[in-house]
Amino acid sequence: MRYIRPLSIEDAVGELAKAVGPAAILAGGSDLLVRMKGGFIEPELIVDIKAIGGLADISETADGFRIGAAVPCAVLGEHKALKQAWPGVVEAANLIGSKQVQGRCTITGNLCNASPAADSVPALVAAGAKAVVAGPSGKRTIAVESVPTAPGRTSLAKGEIIEAILLDKRPVHAGDAYLRFIPRTEMDIAVVSAGVNLTLDDHGAIKTARVALGAAAPTVLLVKEAGQVLIGSKLDEATLERLAKICAGACRPIDDKRGTIEFRRKVAGVLAQRAAAIAYKRAGGK
Amino acid sequence: MAGVAVSTTINGDAVEYLCQPDETLLEVLRDRLGLTGAKEGCGTGDCGACSVIVDGRLVCSCLVLGAEAEGRKVETIEGMAHGDQLHPLQQKFIEHAALQCGICTPGFLIAAKDLLEKNPSPTEEEIRFGLAGNLCRCTGYDKIVRAVQDAAAVMKGA
Repeated sequence: MRYIRPLSIEDAVGELAKAVGPAAILAGGSDLLVRMKGGFIEPELIVDIKAIGGLADISETADGFRIGAAVPCAVLGEHKALKQAWPGVVEAANLIGSKQVQGRCTITGNLCNASPAADSVPALVAAGAKAVVAGPSGKRTIAVESVPTAPGRTSLAKGEIIEAILLDKRPVHAGDAYLRFIPRTEMDIAVVSAGVNLTLDDHGAIKTARVALGAAAPTVLLVKEAGQVLIGSKLDEATLERLAKICAGACRPIDDKRGTIEFRRKVAGVLAQRAAAIAYKRAGGK
Repeated sequence: MAGVAVSTTINGDAVEYLCQPDETLLEVLRDRLGLTGAKEGCGTGDCGACSVIVDGRLVCSCLVLGAEAEGRKVETIEGMAHGDQLHPLQQKFIEHAALQCGICTPGFLIAAKDLLEKNPSPTEEEIRFGLAGNLCRCTGYDKIVRAVQDAAAVMKGA
């Protein structure tokens, strides 16, 4: 096994592209090292991306925020402007693991680990976040929801690395929120979760809405119909009822010891309602 | 496997070592450097017994590669006391009997030190949440929380 710490994204891509055996990208390592220890992966090459310029920074651009792939989730929670613009994304990222894990784990890693229960992913999908992918044939920017394709699998090709996650600049009257159900109060994995992102018009009516569910299907679910039902409303009771029904219907959950299908469907609807209410309030709605 | 040469700083001392690329920082600390304060409980980042601070961030050393410590500053439990002078947290853990078997204690002390450095006056809830990444199977946590509260009070007065 080889461990390398390239200084440029081109070098990292080049090394990954020409790797003969299994290769792994290391940022926080909170999934990778556990998988190595469990024998689920035996990489011949580990590419540590933390020394690559810009990958360990959050920058504010004219279009919004650029969160480097190696930024630990704890740093997201300490970034005031990001927290103010995208509180739902930040609270989702800060729910992952313990303080110890927060100091290492990244939202890009959470996305690329492709767990259906990844906490930051539904919030990112609701936020309309994009991933900047660097690869042997150049760079491309894709929607976050197009990254996971199945549990543990992504759409990334050999040699490709997500170098950053992009979040848009916020208009006035915008808010997002993320909620998950766990049987404990911390240090657990979502049984089911919901992320909601709203913008309002000047009268407090919902102008745009995106709703995403986690741990409700093999990959994160962007429930377009759930977003559409909110548009034009001020979250009256009838709209919230319809939102819950659509979310429950969109779920394709598994049945396991952590939650039955019936339970997950019901809770997905309830969490979507509650997250919508929080997002609405954050957007300045009354 | 080719070894990786690493130059790092541990508890203020410049340290150089050679490790395997898949060796964790915890293994390096314990097996190569003789710093056996950090313990391996789970090896998967769940129990916090291997907690150390790297560049000011609390981490599980079982989830860090030894090779990653290059150029970093690592703080371990061995650097917590100044000679015979215990850190207030260490003193209060003894006074409150906040340990029984002791396996989790170095991790708790490091995590509590990190917590109090970032938040000198935590509420009980903040302490419990802040230390949620450290598991103790003996004390039931209550004595640990009280020791941290008492240490916080002493450190503020100091």
